[in-house]
Amino acid sequence: MLPLLTLHFLAAAVAPVLVRYLHRGTFPVLALVPAGGFVWLLVHGRPDGTDLEHHSWIGTLGLDVSLALDPLRWTLSLLVTGIGALVLVYCTSYFRAGDPGLWRFSAVFVAFAGAMLGLVLSDNLLLLYVFWELTTVLSYLLVGHNPERSANRRAAMTALLVTTFGGLAMLVGFILLGEHAGTYSAAALVADPPASGPLVTVAIMLVLVGAVSKSALVPFHFWLPGAMAAPTPVSAYLHAAAMVKAGIFLVALLAPAYADTPGWRAVLVSLGLLTMMVGGLRALRQYDAKLLLAYGTVSQLGFLMTLVGLGTRSAALAGLALVLGHALFKATLFMVVGVVDRSTGTRDIRQLSGLHRRMPVLMVVAVIGAASMAGVPPLLGFLSKEAAFAAAEDLGHDLGWTVAGPLTLAGLTLGSILTVAYAARFVWGVFGPAPGVDPCSIKRPSYWLVAAPAVLAVASVVLGLLGGPLTELLAPHADVFPAGAHEPELTLWHGVTVPLMLSVLVLVLGVALFVARHPVAAVQHAVVDRVPMPDAERGYQLVLRGVDRLAIELTGRTQRGSLPFYLGSILVVVAAVPGTALLLAWEPTDVRVADSPAQVVVAVVMAIAAVMTVRSRRRLRAVLLAGITGYGTALLFDLHGAPDLALTQVLVETFVLVTFVLVLRRLPQHFSTRPFTLSRWVRVAIGVMSGVLVAGLAYVASGARVADPISDGFAKPAKEYGGGSNIVNVTLVDIRAWDTLGELSVLVVAATGIASLIFLITDRATLPTTRKPGHDSAWLRNPSLPPERRSIVFEVVTRLIFHAVIVFSVYLALVGHELPGGGFAGGLVAGLALMLRYLAGGRRELDAAAPIDAGVVLGVGLALAAASGLLPTLLGGGVLQSAIVDVHIPVLGTLHLVTSVFFDLGVYLVVVGLALDVLRSLGGGIDKDIETDHDDAQDDEREEVRP
Amino acid sequence: MSPSLTLVLLVGVLVACGVTLILERSLSRILVGFVLLGNAVNILLLLVSGPAGAPPIVGLSDDEMADPLPQAMALTAIVITLGTTAFGLALAYRAWQLRGTDDVQDDVEDDLIRRRAERDEVSSTFEEAAPGAVPDEEGADQ
Repeated sequence: MLPLLTLHFLAAAVAPVLVRYLHRGTFPVLALVPAGGFVWLLVHGRPDGTDLEHHSWIGTLGLDVSLALDPLRWTLSLLVTGIGALVLVYCTSYFRAGDPGLWRFSAVFVAFAGAMLGLVLSDNLLLLYVFWELTTVLSYLLVGHNPERSANRRAAMTALLVTTFGGLAMLVGFILLGEHAGTYSAAALVADPPASGPLVTVAIMLVLVGAVSKSALVPFHFWLPGAMAAPTPVSAYLHAAAMVKAGIFLVALLAPAYADTPGWRAVLVSLGLLTMMVGGLRALRQYDAKLLLAYGTVSQLGFLMTLVGLGTRSAALAGLALVLGHALFKATLFMVVGVVDRSTGTRDIRQLSGLHRRMPVLMVVAVIGAASMAGVPPLLGFLSKEAAFAAAEDLGHDLGWTVAGPLTLAGLTLGSILTVAYAARFVWGVFGPAPGVDPCSIKRPSYWLVAAPAVLAVASVVLGLLGGPLTELLAPHADVFPAGAHEPELTLWHGVTVPLMLSVLVLVLGVALFVARHPVAAVQHAVVDRVPMPDAERGYQLVLRGVDRLAIELTGRTQRGSLPFYLGSILVVVAAVPGTALLLAWEPTDVRVADSPAQVVVAVVMAIAAVMTVRSRRRLRAVLLAGITGYGTALLFDLHGAPDLALTQVLVETFVLVTFVLVLRRLPQHFSTRPFTLSRWVRVAIGVMSGVLVAGLAYVASGARVADPISDGFAKPAKEYGGGSNIVNVTLVDIRAWDTLGELSVLVVAATGIASLIFLITDRATLPTTRKPGHDSAWLRNPSLPPERRSIVFEVVTRLIFHAVIVFSVYLALVGHELPGGGFAGGLVAGLALMLRYLAGGRRELDAAAPIDAGVVLGVGLALAAASGLLPTLLGGGVLQSAIVDVHIPVLGTLHLVTSVFFDLGVYLVVVGLALDVLRSLGGGIDKDIETDHDDAQDDEREEVRP
Repeated sequence: MSPSLTLVLLVGVLVACGVTLILERSLSRILVGFVLLGNAVNILLLLVSGPAGAPPIVGLSDDEMADPLPQAMALTAIVITLGTTAFGLALAYRAWQLRGTDDVQDDVEDDLIRRRAERDEVSSTFEEAAPGAVPDEEGADQ
């Protein structure tokens, strides 16, 4: 069974490609897949019990690909595949040549057929749910096939929301049931149901919500008529064999074990009968032939749900026969409407006239379909309706329904009378004469278009004549129910019995209702106009509108759009919740005043600088004061015994300071003045609160530590496996190299972001590609700075130390494994060297110093780091594993080489790339802006002078 | 393990100052606050990791080493702060270039939603059922 499903989805995947070459000819090719399934099912034959097929998937969730085939599933699979194949053949002629939406439609339709097949074959309830929602999503795409009409978009959305709502309720029911029983296998849950109780009842009711919404029963019926926005072949499939049959299938599947659950019969039979009436009455008021059929489906679904919900042996057989009968006649009728629509250009029964003369063959097909729907002998529809009446007649005996039994029978009879009336309305309306309308001119349809419904009509006749064999074929599904008053049988002649007399009565009254259609319509309109009716669709609209309004109100109140407000709210919550937890966990701890006297001095200076930063109103001043805290932090690191950190912090602080200055030269000197208001005190209050919280956290967390640090064990492996003495560096490039790799990616993103913010284009600063003649490689020969900004001393110093600094930066990167240093520190030193060149000579000097795109440096660095991580896996090691190689070089001695040094060089390059990007963008880029502004200003002056 | 009171208080002061600054509207002030917060958090990492000690380099000293793991974390944090600060500066410059100020303004979209809420309207994407609109597989709205 699994290959069958897989084939459907494979076909869906290749369908768009096929459409490119075969156009409409794709459909017959695609039809081979469901047709193959149909043949396989026929050859396999009806299973006597339940054949199971199991494949593990997500065992921990109880979600396995377990498929089953039993008499019920076999029947439905035949419908899904058989009608699916016919509809695909029908599509070939239905769609117009050159339809641009075919590639999508063909794929979605085949996937939909596959999902439906998966649904009826699933044994695992969670798998069933997956396919269930797959049909929902795909039907959304099919209904919204033409999104250019707002009504279509709404119809697709309605179908999606209503059936997903039901599907989610059903999922909750499945999980309650599955967790309670300890299995998600439908076969096991039906063979050995958990003892009834409130939990099982709730679970089953939730499952029924799903079934009722999917099968379009009142109060969820309104989505189905809207779904006629889909192309007619989709309607034919969706109404006959797919989607709406899912709910019927689920109820039929669970009925043997759960029909006695409190509320099951009450809900399904009452909703089913009500739906049968509502659908029938509304079908009688429609003029669009397709809409008429859609309401007819709503009515028939009520009929079906009543039968499968009753849960008696005779009702089960009648229900399954009706599923079969309904699929055959409803697909026939929808396809007939499609042919009429394509031939005349309309589906309005007030416009259609005289087709009985022009399309006699099609009319015969339609009459057979409608007669089967109305229950006229000797068609399949008659057999199932007779069986349904017989089952309802026995309810008094089978279920002890002395009052409800006759009521059910009366309801079914009344619904059937309406069915006869709208079936007649359909045939007469489409094919008969219309008053005051000339006979339509038609475009003759292709034979293929008529062939598909004709095949189904023939099937309705043949199966109607084969009552005996059909009973034998379907009976095993019914036999799991206890025997009732009579053994059920599908046959044309029972003798003169109550069902037969009811059938005659139904036909006579139905035809009478049709003959008297004008007075009936007048009465209907009068009632609908005067009596306020509960309207489920209106309710749905109100709910949707309400949710939307609620979202607007809630967003409008909470999402103020103010950044300080958001941050403030977050921080207040942080203070309130973790703050409370902190107070609850408070435990006095011993404290030392300080680790060393120097620590106190540095901390006091930093604290003063920090407070002054807040009070500062000048930008530059604030930045310099913040820089003091940064250098102070570096000192604290060194005092703590973290030389690597101290080194990096000093380098970063210097780089950040210069970068700030580069940007601030363009911004106003002072911060914008803000009135001294309450909000300032609120900010300070939140700040102080946060500070107290973090200090408290530091105090408690230090005291709360009980376990030994994980890094106690780092020293030995650092030396043995990592091949380095500097544990911090080995941690970065080996033990926790994944973190570092992630960090490098962040740096690349930040650098790219900076460049694109300044240059507003995706490629970075444009480099001069050709050198000007006479421009040799000597430094600082024609710097881009104006003379008044050049400094001889600075230029000379730069010339003297640039090379040395670059060499030193490489040295730092290489010795990092043994001594303080490493890729980060080395890269920063190189970045500072480049900064020196830029400051001394301007942006052209920077280009001369590093004549390479920063993006290339960043990319090579990241690639080098990633490659040095991946390479060990090719050599049979783990990702990012290091190898230690001692290379003996004559004369020079032994080179102790650890492969992670390549990773560190990648880090080095990324940091250099970041520095280059920052300098090009915030240095050179802003320089260019200044020059442009300056030129503009000069131009303005000249223009002012000219007149 | 007993923490150093000096560092506890220092972290508190730095966080208080940093938070006060990031609650401002001027992007350059926010960035300065961000730098202060970054320093505070890095010190916090070392503080809670244990007492000061010898540099974590094997064979350098016989004294007890400082914990190397938080140092590695703080090291990456320092460099990330550099990248983020530089990005923030580019943002501030761009904002100043476009609007003549680096103040963070209130979000315009959010303001539109608030006005809709005040006027009791539905969202802009909500489609009311149009009278007379019928679903059909072909054709477009009039």
